Amino acid sequence: MLSSYEKIEQDPNYQELVRRRSSLGWTLSLIMLIIYFGFILLVAYAPKFLGTPLGTGVMTIGIPIGLFVIVSAFLLTGIYVSKANSKYDPLIREIVGGNRS
Amino acid sequence: MRKISWLLATLLICFPTLALSAGAIDGGSKQAVNWAAIGMFIGFVSLTLVITYWASKRTVSAADFYSAGGGITAGQNGLAIAGDYMSAASFLGISGLVYTSGYDGLIYSVGWLVGWPIVTFLIAEQLRNLGKFTFADVASFRLGQPRIRILAACGSLVTVAFYLIAQRVGAGKLIQLLFGLDYWIAVILVGGLMMIYVTFGGMKATTWVQIIKAVLLLFGATFMAGAVLYKYGFSPEALFAKATEVHPKGIAIMEPGSLISNPLSAISLGLALMFGTAGLPHILMRFFTVKDAQAARKSVFYATGFIGYFYILTFIIGFGAITLVSTDLAFLDAGILEKTKSGIAAIKGGSNMAAIHLADAVGGNLFLGFISAVAFATILAVVSGLALAGASSISHDIYAMVIKGGNANEQDEVRVSKIATLFLGVLAIILGIIFENQNVAFMVGLAFAIAASCNFPVLVMSIFWKGLTTRGALIGGFLGLTSAVVGVILSPAVWEVTLGFAKGSAPVRLDNPALFSMSLAFVGIWLFSILDRSARATVDRDGFDAQFVRSQTGIGAAGATAH
Repeated sequence: MLSSYEKIEQDPNYQELVRRRSSLGWTLSLIMLIIYFGFILLVAYAPKFLGTPLGTGVMTIGIPIGLFVIVSAFLLTGIYVSKANSKYDPLIREIVGGNRS
Repeated sequence: MRKISWLLATLLICFPTLALSAGAIDGGSKQAVNWAAIGMFIGFVSLTLVITYWASKRTVSAADFYSAGGGITAGQNGLAIAGDYMSAASFLGISGLVYTSGYDGLIYSVGWLVGWPIVTFLIAEQLRNLGKFTFADVASFRLGQPRIRILAACGSLVTVAFYLIAQRVGAGKLIQLLFGLDYWIAVILVGGLMMIYVTFGGMKATTWVQIIKAVLLLFGATFMAGAVLYKYGFSPEALFAKATEVHPKGIAIMEPGSLISNPLSAISLGLALMFGTAGLPHILMRFFTVKDAQAARKSVFYATGFIGYFYILTFIIGFGAITLVSTDLAFLDAGILEKTKSGIAAIKGGSNMAAIHLADAVGGNLFLGFISAVAFATILAVVSGLALAGASSISHDIYAMVIKGGNANEQDEVRVSKIATLFLGVLAIILGIIFENQNVAFMVGLAFAIAASCNFPVLVMSIFWKGLTTRGALIGGFLGLTSAVVGVILSPAVWEVTLGFAKGSAPVRLDNPALFSMSLAFVGIWLFSILDRSARATVDRDGFDAQFVRSQTGIGAAGATAH
């Protein structure tokens, strides 16, 4: 007699959920870390690069780069949430439904 | 009935105090009385007290008190989380930083935002699926109850205490400037209202106060940034051009400046900001107020959007203040201007007042009043959330789970948390008065460092690593906690600025210790877990699989109570 969680662990839906969710979660985390620490390393080692003027005015390349980091945080979160809503939640419902005893 | 008379009595006590003290202004460091601000503030307080009364009628069980019965929607929770984060420190502090150093302000905004995606990807859903009221529920899910509870409660309480003192002292100063009240009256007023919201209305009232304030703040900041851009024909280039023309640092405000001096310090600060967010107890609590994991994840998405948008606004507001405040003699202190010849240095009340003066410059006295009232509301809402997180830690983690071994009577538990709130409120008032003239800026950094070095490592390892044992979590967590505190004391900000030792004598050259204290915590947790051969360690490891299934699927998770 298997306990309920052992039964779920063997459910292919569950295994798929864990595999897909962890790979997406850790990949997106890694992308966010690379973007953010890339920015911090630019600030620390190449402040003059961020001060490069864009065109003829006073606007520097650092402003769109900073805005990009802010917007990317929002977009990455959005990617995760839409994936989770459309793919993971139905899987979870199947797992919960299929293992109710 | 007793509750109504309590509220009425407080109303009657608070408002004449405001009016009386406002009449007795002695000039000098205090601002002239702003009646528009006081009127709008009274409006805000009255509204929140009505909400608190409404919430008190619906706060019966422990679940109502700690987590609003799980009945908050994802959108509401997103606003409340954003509200917790958009404190007076970040609104006035970041716009003030942009005002004095331009681009450097953006570096802080970015750091404060990027923790949110990590929270969404790795923590939000698991937290909702495993916990009930506090993040200690999750950290101690399969580990030795009393010991891990105590560790998590220490991490929470220390974080809350430093954050609370920093907010409180900043608040007192700010209110003194905005409303012309004495510092001690301001501190008592904030403390008193905070105790009323939390003890009577619990999480429901605290959440709604936060939501209302978040909406008002987003509206006010949008109007201000819009008005600034309107003046420059909606051309950021024109705004930046004017700013570089009038700022004494000239074109240097468009690139990273002196704020971040050495690369290691920059990385360490980045770590603290990013992972500290994922370990702040008053933020983590909010994931228990929604009905399920899906709502938890959506609410962080909304919150990230609101916070990101707000930080872009503060950047525009800071630059707007450079062009419109530093060039207008009405906002400058003539004495300092004479000495320094710089409009930036001469701003009345210091750089934290940049956004407030800008409100006057673009919207006149009425809008100045609105923004001042919103700033005060912000302080109230944030300290209430902190007090509730601290009180929950005392009543749920220490009283119910450790002292009563998980068998506390629900009514007793709620009563203990109310007493704890009153205790924290009084303590915060006393500490606020003691620290009046201390430089407390380092305390926010310390709170983030502890959250990143104790709360976050223990939480994330307990969710994801099967090998974690009680002993490993305990030793690693305390190593992180103590090294963060010691690291901050030995850093230039405290050693040289606060303690007054010679410049350059600080033993640690990092402004924030997160780089080594976080590493120490993770290495400690790992090392002492793999070395752990005790019987308890086997129980800890065996418990992981069932916990992991629940964290992924939500089976067995605490549900929303029906209303």
